[in-house]
Amino acid sequence: MAEVKLYGSWSSPFSHRIEVALKLKGVEYEFISEDVHNKSPLLLKYNPVHKKIPVLVHNGKPICESLVILEYIDETWEEGPSLLPKDPYERAMVRFWAKLLDEKGLPAMLKACLRIGEEQEKAKEESTELLKFLEGTLSGNKFFGGDTIGMVDIVANFMSYWFIIWQELAGLQVLTKEKFPKLGEWMDEYLNSDIIKENLPPKDKLTEYFQARFEATAAANAAAAGGGGLPK
Amino acid sequence: MASEDVKLLGGWPSPYVMRPRIALNIKSVNYEFLEEKFGSKSDLLLKSNPVYKKIPVLIHGEKPICESLIIVEYVDEVWNSGHTILPSDPYDRAVARFWATYIDDKWFPGIRAISRADGEEAKKKAVEEVIAGLVLLEDAFIKCSKGKSFFGGDKIGYLDIALGCFLGWLRVTEKLGNFALLDESKTPNLFKWAEKFSSDDAVKDIMPQTDKLMEFAKVLMAKSKAS
Repeated sequence: MAEVKLYGSWSSPFSHRIEVALKLKGVEYEFISEDVHNKSPLLLKYNPVHKKIPVLVHNGKPICESLVILEYIDETWEEGPSLLPKDPYERAMVRFWAKLLDEKGLPAMLKACLRIGEEQEKAKEESTELLKFLEGTLSGNKFFGGDTIGMVDIVANFMSYWFIIWQELAGLQVLTKEKFPKLGEWMDEYLNSDIIKENLPPKDKLTEYFQARFEATAAANAAAAGGGGLPK
Repeated sequence: MASEDVKLLGGWPSPYVMRPRIALNIKSVNYEFLEEKFGSKSDLLLKSNPVYKKIPVLIHGEKPICESLIIVEYVDEVWNSGHTILPSDPYDRAVARFWATYIDDKWFPGIRAISRADGEEAKKKAVEEVIAGLVLLEDAFIKCSKGKSFFGGDKIGYLDIALGCFLGWLRVTEKLGNFALLDESKTPNLFKWAEKFSSDDAVKDIMPQTDKLMEFAKVLMAKSKAS
């Protein structure tokens, strides 16, 4: 019997991605909740390089980095919906967008909400440019994955929920349905789909959590100590 | 599979461009190498990679594929010739992808940090960090290679390509700074591996010569000082 454990955190979009993938595949797993300010010895043992969640442990073997874990899940549990398409070119496109979302999208969007002044303006511009590219890829499909949720939808989870909360806390309107109608439709489809809808962290609890983090960051900014980051 | 029109947009000094070239060599795929002029971006590049505007870009038929490691996986999935580049076991693949991400996100930026470090103390710290990273990679090598010559086993694989492409720049950094990064006593396996990798058939003709790369690095440094 395969033993699957996920070391994660309720507030983390990275951790949430893995839960969604496992649930889509119908894989039973044990969720071990980590306090990112007080990491367990087991987490440090399983991810000595980055010391971060999420970590998937399958039959005692750890896999780290959410994009790596998602591909591992797709390759290991072949029954259930595919997270990546079969065609090599389409797979390359999925990997490209997933990487872009993580390397540029999420950091820019978080920065836009946490920084002030010129840094904020630059991050807002970068976010808007990326959102335009993403809007362009949706062209008539319900999801980035086509008719069903795929890896890009899962990786883009932070846009549909976390970023909406962050931009509200920061008083911004970078991602709106008016500016990005296709992304607006995608967000509705994504958030209302079965597995996603049942597994989102409660909005008020998440808002409260990030409000406290944003206030702490603003205080640090004021003390000219630089911004905070999202702990994974 | 019959090679359709395969083009690679790139530049000889770029370690990222080396990656798909090694992959294409492993698969014996004929391709047209379109060398971008340093300091400018061709219309084809801007059209093929509007998001990043960077090399390498593989253009297969009319379809562009961007990002070096994504191209390597694409090449591995499309062509059956030669040997497989990614490991066949999903866990081994996850380990290879993990370390490739580490190399790109943490380790290679550490090498660039050496040249940008201001003052002796900062330089020393930057060098120590790169060496510490190599010690981690030494350990990864022992686990992945399982006693064989490469991360990929008997033949060059994904992680060999991900790390090996940086050997040219690593050697330039060592020469310019007059210190050793890849140290035989600290990382004996990687030290041996570096030689084997550099002289592999799929690599040796496209690994830039250290002297030529050094000249290029000096031009780069002069340009950045002037601007």
